[in-house]
Amino acid sequence: MISFSVNRQRVNLDVDPSTPLLWVLRENLGLTGTKYGCGMAQCGACTVHLNGEAIRSCVAPVSRAAGKEVTTIEGLSPDLSHPLQHAWLAEDVPQCGYCQSGQLMSAAVLLREKPRPSDEDIDEAMTGNICRCGTYPRIRKAIHRAAAMMPAGGAK
Amino acid sequence: MSTLQMERRAFLKISVAASGGLLIGLYLPGASKLAAAEERSASAFMPNAFLRIGTDERVTVIVNHSEMGQGVYTALPMMLAEELDADWSKIGYESAPVDAKYNHPIFGMQITGGSSSVYSGFEQYRNAGAAARAMLIAAAAQQWNADPASLRTESGTVLDGTNRKLSYGQLAEAAAKMTPPAKVNLKDPKAFKLIGTPAKRLDTPEKINGKAVFGIDVKNAGMLTAVVARAPVFGAKVKSFDDSHARNMPGVRKIVAVPSGVAVVADSFWQAKMARDAVRIDWDEGEMHTFSTSQMMQQFREQAKSPGTSVRRDGDPDAALAKAAQKIEAVYEVPYLSHLMMEPLNCVVDLRADSCEIWTGTQFQTVDRAAAAKAAGLPNEKVQIHTTFLGGGFGRRATPQSDFVVEAVHVAKAAGVPVKVVWTREDDMQGGWYRPAFLHAIVGGVDASGNPVSWRSRLVGQSIMSGTMFEAMMMKGKEYDPASVEGVDDLPYEIPNLAVESHQAKVGVPVQWWRSVGHSHTGFATECFIDELAALGHKDPYQFRRALLTKHPRHLAVLDLAAQKAGWGKPLPKGRARGIAVHFAFESYNAQVAEVSVTDGKVRVHRIVSAVDCGHYVNPGIIAAQLEGGAIFAASAALYQELTFENGRLQQTNFHTFPVMRMNECPEIETYIVESNEKSGGIGEPGVPCTAPAIANAVFGATGKRVRKLPIRMTEAV
Repeated sequence: MISFSVNRQRVNLDVDPSTPLLWVLRENLGLTGTKYGCGMAQCGACTVHLNGEAIRSCVAPVSRAAGKEVTTIEGLSPDLSHPLQHAWLAEDVPQCGYCQSGQLMSAAVLLREKPRPSDEDIDEAMTGNICRCGTYPRIRKAIHRAAAMMPAGGAK
Repeated sequence: MSTLQMERRAFLKISVAASGGLLIGLYLPGASKLAAAEERSASAFMPNAFLRIGTDERVTVIVNHSEMGQGVYTALPMMLAEELDADWSKIGYESAPVDAKYNHPIFGMQITGGSSSVYSGFEQYRNAGAAARAMLIAAAAQQWNADPASLRTESGTVLDGTNRKLSYGQLAEAAAKMTPPAKVNLKDPKAFKLIGTPAKRLDTPEKINGKAVFGIDVKNAGMLTAVVARAPVFGAKVKSFDDSHARNMPGVRKIVAVPSGVAVVADSFWQAKMARDAVRIDWDEGEMHTFSTSQMMQQFREQAKSPGTSVRRDGDPDAALAKAAQKIEAVYEVPYLSHLMMEPLNCVVDLRADSCEIWTGTQFQTVDRAAAAKAAGLPNEKVQIHTTFLGGGFGRRATPQSDFVVEAVHVAKAAGVPVKVVWTREDDMQGGWYRPAFLHAIVGGVDASGNPVSWRSRLVGQSIMSGTMFEAMMMKGKEYDPASVEGVDDLPYEIPNLAVESHQAKVGVPVQWWRSVGHSHTGFATECFIDELAALGHKDPYQFRRALLTKHPRHLAVLDLAAQKAGWGKPLPKGRARGIAVHFAFESYNAQVAEVSVTDGKVRVHRIVSAVDCGHYVNPGIIAAQLEGGAIFAASAALYQELTFENGRLQQTNFHTFPVMRMNECPEIETYIVESNEKSGGIGEPGVPCTAPAIANAVFGATGKRVRKLPIRMTEAV
């Protein structure tokens, strides 16, 4: 039995501890906003927060989450109220949308760490997240927009 | 007001929707040649659109094209909402079920492709909105005992002269009982309020909170997950397999043989995948086990030495070449490419004794349904497909052989349970249906003044259409595939002696349309070669093109716009150079200027300026996004991507060996739209062809070396 918290709710699961967290989130917990793209930490579609740190859940065994806090896209905000979500709407960022959960989760950590990120900061934080539709220019704009929206001191 | 006279036999089919409200389907016969044939049989009209207005004011637009990022769930509703005078904030979308009434009016089947969703649906969706509006007005007129002509509509309401109003939701039930209009009036485009504006995409909210459902997210009660072990070599067949270890692994329910390989069905994806990897299969590898792309390209080079099937011949290119003051010969090569959608292929099938229900992200509902029905042993009408969001398509999910759908039906049939078949990234990349590799051998010459006098393109590559249901329709008995030569057969440059020849290669690698299809390589080869001809005569490549395009004002307009916005001819920081390209594809004109530098053999693209003329447009915001995405998609291919085979085996497996452009490599992209009242053209694909040649031509500017092979490797530049 593995226990951890997901989006502030406690879960206890009887799963093989070597199963990647991604599949436990998607299949055991029904949180399908986190996506499978490569299975080898190459594309970032599966990005979630583990104790506030952005991780690739496709290569993280669920055992790594034991006793910790996991946040997925479903937990970013209850109502599209996160500054990044406002900015994503304003910049009309998504196309197919498949990678966007991962993009947002990576960007959320960036903004918490660097409330006024430079383009270089964005490159560094976002280069692990592939978008095949090519929304990068809009993601960059949206991150700057979200940063400008937030009070000094950063996001929650 | 322009008026669309509806034919006598046209009719509006109306029923009260289950939720209460108005459900309108506009049946418009004669909308296409294919429909005309059906009309004669009197069994079916070509229906064009649907909408549903609820008593809760929601207007749901049923979209007959698949949303794969290109924005059809926004652009098509905009067209309908414009004529309906709907409240845009109340508009929703729904994917159409499979039904002939949702057929693409040009292609005659339900398909999303050819960058055609907006222009093919432009009148249909407007007609549907206008018809609904007329019935809502009629309902209000009856209620108020007023003359319908005295009423007007605005933002989801009908108003009279005293500004008394009834909302569409309030009128929905009464409107459903109104007589359909004999004719509908469409707005003069000058009166458009919504069409032509950068309305925000309707699907963004659910794509930023994790709620959007893609095929891979579908979960039905009792459904199991399957992962399939497929042939390591194209055409290989299972001789025998040993699942003694796999079948005892946790969660494994069934292991079954299917035509494409061996399927492991388990409680979860991870269990199915682990057990799939543990199945030992002895393959009969067939003829392709020695296949190598390097050998294939060598054969292509040999083939290009002899004349191919004539596609186009103006004047006498050989004689003109013999007399040319200077000549040049260049061989351009492009590799097989994967579509590499972010969402790997998947398909959910619930097969029962007398029905088959499918959930998947497909671009090709009509064909998938027929193929699924055949595999299931059921009539077409017993098969339904629920089209989910597509995590990218780019052509891969419109497979004439319906490979990923048919396979899932076979798995469900063999396992006897509802299944979701999920492909791993590696499975997806190795699964075939690639952009075909192509070789263009081009010879050309200029006269003493540097003006081109001769051009001969010889193409070698596989046909996409050959062997598919499109062969008869598209090839029309020709010995070449129009999809192979599109973009070179209509070369716009004024060159008096011009020949295009095609060699159709027979190779056992399944190939398919990949965003911009033939233009993805013809744009590269022709726009690089015209640059080489310009250099031969010591001419500026932009001015050289201009002088050859005097009879093509729309080419010229995008070329000029891109050049002007990019600052063509103005100084750049040391080490940087610009390259230019222009191309017509999918009824739209695009020109791009790329700015690059080359350091230690590595090409860096700093900026791309893209100008498009796609005729009368619907949503400039979506157009900009498609131009940005098209350039990045093409730049990924130009800089990084190639699929190679050795011993029949694909050498690439995942993003690390088939890279995609990332944030830190992404150039600044500026997009511009030419204001135009011409007929609407496409936008999903036209932004792709110019990027590779613009980059390659800029590399020449920066280094003096010509790129003739993609992906770009400076060690191979000449």
